[in-house]
Amino acid sequence: MALLDVQDLLVSFDTPDGTVHAVNGMTLSLEAGESLAIVGESGSGKTQLAFAILGLLAKNGRSTGSVRFDGREILNLPEPELNKVRANEIAMIFQDPMTSLNPYMRVGDQMAEVLMLHHGASKTKALAESAQMLDAVRIPDAKARLRMYPHEFSGGMRQRIMAAIALLCRPKLLIADEPTTALDVTVQNQIMELIADIQRDFGTALILITHDLAIVAGSCARTLVMYGGQVMEMGATDDVFEAPSHPYTLGLLNAVPRLDIPQEALQSIPGDPPDLTRLSPGCPFSPRCALAHDPCGQTMPVLTGFGEGRFRACHSDREAVV
Amino acid sequence: MLVFILKRLLVAIPVLLILIVGTFVLMYTAPGSPFATDRGVPPAVLANLEAQYGLDQPFVVQIWRYITGIVTEFDFGPSFIYRDQDVNDLIAQGFPVTLTYGFWSFVVAVIVGGGLGILAAVKHNTWLDYLAVGISIGAQVLPNFVLAPILVLIFTLWLGWLPGGGWQGGQWQYVVLPVIALSTSFMASIARIARASMLEVLTSNFIRTARAKGLPMRRVIFRHALKPALLPVISYLGPAFVGMITGSVVIDIYFSTGGIGQFFVASALNRDYGVMMGITVLLGTLTILFNLLVDILYAWIDPKIRY
Repeated sequence: MALLDVQDLLVSFDTPDGTVHAVNGMTLSLEAGESLAIVGESGSGKTQLAFAILGLLAKNGRSTGSVRFDGREILNLPEPELNKVRANEIAMIFQDPMTSLNPYMRVGDQMAEVLMLHHGASKTKALAESAQMLDAVRIPDAKARLRMYPHEFSGGMRQRIMAAIALLCRPKLLIADEPTTALDVTVQNQIMELIADIQRDFGTALILITHDLAIVAGSCARTLVMYGGQVMEMGATDDVFEAPSHPYTLGLLNAVPRLDIPQEALQSIPGDPPDLTRLSPGCPFSPRCALAHDPCGQTMPVLTGFGEGRFRACHSDREAVV
Repeated sequence: MLVFILKRLLVAIPVLLILIVGTFVLMYTAPGSPFATDRGVPPAVLANLEAQYGLDQPFVVQIWRYITGIVTEFDFGPSFIYRDQDVNDLIAQGFPVTLTYGFWSFVVAVIVGGGLGILAAVKHNTWLDYLAVGISIGAQVLPNFVLAPILVLIFTLWLGWLPGGGWQGGQWQYVVLPVIALSTSFMASIARIARASMLEVLTSNFIRTARAKGLPMRRVIFRHALKPALLPVISYLGPAFVGMITGSVVIDIYFSTGGIGQFFVASALNRDYGVMMGITVLLGTLTILFNLLVDILYAWIDPKIRY
């Protein structure tokens, strides 16, 4: 049985300009201890997918479908039930470490409250465990740091603290939403190494949400490419990178600047991400796709399997994607 | 911190000096005299009176005497109207009254306004929110000189529950109506500030983190959102408190409570230079002290502020 099983997940937001369809029929599953990267441009629905799993959607958001975690349906659980899952079984690291910690509370208090809540630990014990966890995410002099406030840490340090908070209850699944986007490149590497170590040492399953293909290659066994709130293709990371089966994946890979081949200019995918208030019945990528033909604008291709654990949703032939 | 407080108190000295000199100049140049009456005073009598109070001296001598009087003997001089009473007596008599209902108005405005604002934000876009916003807009547009007669009409004339005026040493029945009349508009302002800032805080990233930790909503609000939501309220409290003390002018006149507001207005109309100066200095000092207090509160709440 899969640890996480998402079926036909729809997420939409009611706004004054109409309904925004952020996630449109996502299906994915994840085994215990497995790592999955979800990649896509901004606005492809990656973050809202994660928020929907944890019930953290904004107030005007609605989600339907099914999210089974450890065999139990958790989508749209009542808040008190969901609170037992949050941090305890599924933890999340957010995109912006500079604003994700409470600036008015000591770091130690922000950590200890998690253990006091979920494990009923005493404050002393919770603080001691928090210090150990800070140590585990390689923050030196952990005990003294507990008494400090977030503004006394750098961005990279704060993301380490976020990771430490996420790990306190030894969750079975860690969702990292663009954990390195707000950090500079050298710190990015450290954080990605840390997440990889965490995954290995704690046996935590990982969903890494990112638009940065470079960090995916080294850190996740499987990759899922998302566009317009739908799965474009999915498979083992190496396979997807070596032989992309979807024009969108190909476009993303070509857009990565390379140093080994002389390049005139950066390549990009022409056009803009789709307007999520007016979705066409066809493939969301078709207006930007070089291979778009007759059925693409009318019907959404079905996600079909091929090869070893690979899936693609495209009307074009696989051989045409080069 | 101690150094900061001492510095601020030292800075207060020139500020108060400027306040004294400015007010003194304004009064010196304003026409009229404390001794003028409808029938007119014989010039000889007037000259005698002015000599008695030192008003015949040059301006510089007058202001020098006034300031040295305050500094050396804490003497704010005599009242020009109330014979045999000096300014210190009048303030000692009126200020406790003002402070009593001012303090309670402050407490009521902060607790009711803060509570209403936070409730509205937490129950955003529900009938509770609309009710709270409605109440605060209604309370804001109702000036205290309109509210006071309405209160008296309802609670004194119709229901007969509370006295419509007087003080009686500050028995609670006499305090209730002045406190309601004075606190209402401040309560409304605090409610609106608290609601807006709470709404903003609730959408911030660290609140989402708190929710992702599985904390119950009540704990998210009280432990994570309350402090930052109150910061804008606190910065409003300094001016609000001073506004309440000066707002006492209407209350004193309407409810005959006998606070300093009454003396303040009377002194301005009668050219009672001594009383007017004394109350101005008192209010200035209070303003400075309260702003200092707000700054200290800020440092206590926001760890990024250190003095």
